Amino acid sequence: MEAHIQVRNLNAYYGKTQALKNINIEIPRRQITVIMGPSGCGKTTLLKTFNRFLELNDGASVTGEVLVDEQDIYAKDVDVTEVRKRVGLLAQRPAPLPMSIYENVAYGLHIHQMRKGKLEYKEAVKHYLEVAGLWDEVKKRLHEPATGLSIGQQQRLCLARGLAIEPEIILGDEPTSALDPISSQHIEKKLLELKSQYTTVVVTHTLRQAKRLADYAIFMYLGEVVEAGPAHAIFTNPQQERTRAYLEGLF
Amino acid sequence: MTDQNKTYTTQTNTQTEGRSSRPSSAARNWRDRSAQKTFLVITVFPLLLISAITIGLLWRSWPILTQYSLQELFLGSVWKPDEGLFGFLPFIMGTFWVTVVGVVLAVPPCLLIALYLSEYAHRLTRSIAKPLLDLLAAIPPVVYGVWGLLAIVPFVGKVVAPFSKQWLYSIPFLAVNQPTGFSILSAGIVLAVMIAPLVISVVYEVFTTVPNDLRHASLAIGATQWETIRYVVIPRVMPGIVAAVVLGASRAVGETIAVLMVVGNVSQVPGSIFDTAYPLPALIANNYGDMMSIPLYDSALMCAALVLLVVILIFNILSTVVLQRVLERRQV
Repeated sequence: MEAHIQVRNLNAYYGKTQALKNINIEIPRRQITVIMGPSGCGKTTLLKTFNRFLELNDGASVTGEVLVDEQDIYAKDVDVTEVRKRVGLLAQRPAPLPMSIYENVAYGLHIHQMRKGKLEYKEAVKHYLEVAGLWDEVKKRLHEPATGLSIGQQQRLCLARGLAIEPEIILGDEPTSALDPISSQHIEKKLLELKSQYTTVVVTHTLRQAKRLADYAIFMYLGEVVEAGPAHAIFTNPQQERTRAYLEGLF
Repeated sequence: MTDQNKTYTTQTNTQTEGRSSRPSSAARNWRDRSAQKTFLVITVFPLLLISAITIGLLWRSWPILTQYSLQELFLGSVWKPDEGLFGFLPFIMGTFWVTVVGVVLAVPPCLLIALYLSEYAHRLTRSIAKPLLDLLAAIPPVVYGVWGLLAIVPFVGKVVAPFSKQWLYSIPFLAVNQPTGFSILSAGIVLAVMIAPLVISVVYEVFTTVPNDLRHASLAIGATQWETIRYVVIPRVMPGIVAAVVLGASRAVGETIAVLMVVGNVSQVPGSIFDTAYPLPALIANNYGDMMSIPLYDSALMCAALVLLVVILIFNILSTVVLQRVLERRQV
């Protein structure tokens, strides 16, 4: 297994409360890694350290290292916007920006000046809407406000928006928890389709989703990583008592 | 045990006492209803007052409104009450100029301050800066007037006006004809400082209605904070910002004492920001009570007050309606 993200001695704090305790894990390249655990175990906090989102919370602090391709994203000379361009995020609730569907996808391209001329933009927007499986539903209303879409469509739009900036890593923070079952299926299907091209890390609190998606699984409890390994091994033969209890639905 | 017993006894006592003097439920309901009605009347009173003032002004200005055409009153530029000439144009234009200059000077820095406080500032900075800014609103207008008289008028007269005279004279509205410092510009500067706390705090409120999810969505694709502000935060709250500016303007339109101390009070239609002007509030405050023997003079001043009131009411109602819509979205 080739690691894309390596986490070394990572601790995270909200004020004086320690949310992550000495995390050491590796996330494999171009596979889906699922982080699971009961609510409050720190799985979202861990995810937020991968795109330097934790520092948006007032009073949050981090020690240790997160290496993406061997480069510490918490090093002093690192440009946060570059990190976030490489590490995309699919949030829990879709947040379409207050602009048209087209502009939502073009936004990142425009900010990072990744295309030139109207035609290139149009092509790119179409391409990523197709990848996200939304093109056919929106091609006739590209210039309408994105807030007019259904919530499931909004989440696929957010996926297209995130993919447009060509990240290497996709983070999903319970990306289907606000969606109806059909829309959730859409998103899961997309993540599975895309996993050969992107390293994907998904936080989930539903065990069934974890089993459907995971190639690699991490189980967390009370701010610590209890067990991490290939999904098959974790789900069929967990080594830790707490993992076993969680998988059996004891908490 | 003893303690518990004691409490028990006291409770029984109060209960029996209460029962013996308990009012009938009809009496209690009557009291409830009368309380409700009293509060209603008290609440409605300010509304009645506004209507009464408006009607009163209309009634008192009726004589002049019937004797002169609106065109004569509002487009006439000669104000000679003793000759029967009541042209309001100099005063309307004076109010307009002073307000526009005040708003134009106030809005850019106010926007930046509100943006800084809501988007960039650390919690601690915010908790110190906000109350200090609100304190600016507590300074009495007459103090601003004195400050304008001692600091701004000489500054405009000795520094800005000569500079403009030398370099900017060909630009419209910047010609220097009356270089005393008593000018629209001085009044505008004083007004800008006076309306700043209001504009800052309303714009700040408006910015806080933008959900963090939106900011995060933008930051997550590698936008800087400035890009997030420019493309996400500001477009979403544009109507609220405009409303805040209009609210500030309505405050500026009505400001009297600080303006009349620095604006010169000469009834002419101004042609430059270095000219003196005579805004409506100053006209009313300076003249009401004097020279009341002149026919229709009293009615003319009432008419000026009516114009002022109507303008301010319209500004306020518009901005309040828009702001309420914007602020309601906070919950979404």
